[in-house]
Amino acid sequence: MLKTYQYPEFGYVRSPEQAEGKQVRHPVVIIGAGPIGLATGLECARRGIPCVILDDNNTVSIGSRAVCYAKRPLEFLDRLGCAERMIAKGISWQVGKVFFREKLSYQFDLLPESDHKMPAMINLQQYYLEEFLIDEIAREPKADLRWKHKLLSIRQNDDHAVLTIETPDGVFTMEATWVVACDGANSDTRKMVGGDFVGQFFQDRFLIADVVMKADFPTERWFWFDPPFHPNQSVLLHKQSDDVWRIDFQLGWDADPVEEKKPEKVIPRIKAMLGENVPFELEWVSVYQFACRRMKDFRIGRVLFAGDSAHQVSPFGARGANTGFQDADNLGWKLKLVLDGNAPEALIDTYTEERAFAADDNLMNSTRSTDFITPKSAMSKRFRNAVLELAEHTPGIRPLVNSGRLSTPTPYVTSSLNTKDVGDWAGRMTPGTNCDDAPITLGGKPAWLLNQLGDGFVVLTFGEAPASEVKSGGVSARVVTVGKDIEDTKGLVAARYDGRPGTTYLIRPDQHVAARWRSFDGKTIAAALKKACGQ
Amino acid sequence: MKLNTTANIPDRDGFYQDLIDSQRDMTDEEASLMNCKLVILLANHIGDREALTEAIRLAARTARAAART
Ligand SMILES: Cc1cc2nc3c(=O)[nH]c(=O)nc-3n(C[C@H](O)[C@H](O)[C@H](O)COP(=O)(O)OP(=O)(O)OC[C@H]3O[C@@H](n4cnc5c(N)ncnc54)[C@H](O)[C@@H]3O)c2cc1C
Repeated sequence: MLKTYQYPEFGYVRSPEQAEGKQVRHPVVIIGAGPIGLATGLECARRGIPCVILDDNNTVSIGSRAVCYAKRPLEFLDRLGCAERMIAKGISWQVGKVFFREKLSYQFDLLPESDHKMPAMINLQQYYLEEFLIDEIAREPKADLRWKHKLLSIRQNDDHAVLTIETPDGVFTMEATWVVACDGANSDTRKMVGGDFVGQFFQDRFLIADVVMKADFPTERWFWFDPPFHPNQSVLLHKQSDDVWRIDFQLGWDADPVEEKKPEKVIPRIKAMLGENVPFELEWVSVYQFACRRMKDFRIGRVLFAGDSAHQVSPFGARGANTGFQDADNLGWKLKLVLDGNAPEALIDTYTEERAFAADDNLMNSTRSTDFITPKSAMSKRFRNAVLELAEHTPGIRPLVNSGRLSTPTPYVTSSLNTKDVGDWAGRMTPGTNCDDAPITLGGKPAWLLNQLGDGFVVLTFGEAPASEVKSGGVSARVVTVGKDIEDTKGLVAARYDGRPGTTYLIRPDQHVAARWRSFDGKTIAAALKKACGQ
Repeated sequence: MKLNTTANIPDRDGFYQDLIDSQRDMTDEEASLMNCKLVILLANHIGDREALTEAIRLAARTARAAART
């Protein structure tokens, strides 16, 4: 197996601290170099925090894992410098087809809103994404990525943790002011600090096959309910890069995961689906059982949990890595402010507040999709089939078909960092919401709004601003004036932000709205800035 | 209450006969599937999220109580 991709092997390097046998205190140590650990490391480093990323392995993600990345994570990855490469290598798709039994039930077009830098969604194998992040980290002096470093145990103190690490050179200890555990759904770190992980395991199994074929299927997402080639179950076909196709076969709970993985079982299934004469080769095959669960608190002492270690979702709707990136997005600036003494530790606790709120939204959405795809009773199956049959001729029923909902960011509408709106506002940019992108002109050249936000707090204002920055304690927010610093050439900034003369937004470093007003008032902005820093 | 629980169907006996007649030649399985379709179509027609929740709660509560007796 494996015809298109050569797994890189990254060299182990003995660290000076292990060689010299001295215990060093690091501001941030990240456990795990999966997509979320890599992104968290890069995010921290870009914000100026020197950080160490440890991984027990020495390569990228092996086998069939994440495929789809949605717009908001792509915007975050764009800030880290990886998104353009991902888009160039990845596959963009817009049309999805839903089949029920032997025929096409209907098709849909994602019709993404135009004038955003990032597409609604791309498909790309997880190993490419990880490679691109690793390349970017290699260019980042503040991020120190160490392979073949396994966390063995952890001891927590009031203001730091002591980590025992095993490398090919033996065991040594290091200290961290903050530990970010990104060591996946089976997180060792979580077990070491006694973290809970509760939720639901779905009584179902899925065969996930990556297949290489040059077939001229269109670049679309095809989803079958109860097809003749795989009766009573669902099947998904999706295109990835390098002529690799992802095929998911629902197997049911009784399937034997070891038997089902054997090529002599898998190949006939795929032939039944594609037809006898479509040549293909297996690249990778695995059998998964999916779960929806999360930790109650994403912080235990000095340890913060991000990505699958904190929450696990079923892949319907492609939420796992997508939501994990938003954890990293949320955490980086908070760590920076607290480490610099510019915000109280309470700011770190808003990480759980905001991201557990988002995790619940993700868990709810992916549980709903799973309930539609795998009905739990004869009656709910009848309802499901009723929807699918009606969908063919009654367009109004189609939105009820749930074969996975596109992952979208969860606005932190209830966050304690928000300042409440006063007055009437149109559109979706309420406090706690991630900022919409829009095309602008910068220095006479076309540019994007989001690329101007994100290196710190920003005050975005429509009209005359009496100051070039607003300060609260050691934190300052740079003023960006629409019409002066950036040109709203297409009028879309004003349209998307309900911008009228005087309208002013306070935007967090993670490109989320903290507060907004109809006029620029330095004192009010400073108070909102203080609040957004957890004070 | 958003759900209209007062009498609202003109030609009530005709409606009821229509419903029963439509399933006269069906197996229980077919009729169950049809009932599901009917629920979905009518729910879409009503479209009022609160009224739908009230109807679901009312039907569920009374179904449980009836099944216990
Ligand atoms: C079939 C399938 C399809 C999916 N599709 C999608 C999709 O389309 N879109 C999407 O967004 N997500 C998808 N996901 C989910 C996605 O793969 C995960 O959410 C993502 O990999 C989580 O990243 P992570 O960095 O949190 O953890 P992981 O990727 O699990 O990485 C954890 C890392 O920690 C390291 N580690 C573990 N223990 C230690 C230790 N003691 N010391 C040091 N290092 C350690 C491991 O070696 C590993 O590198 C899919 C998952 C599956 C299984």
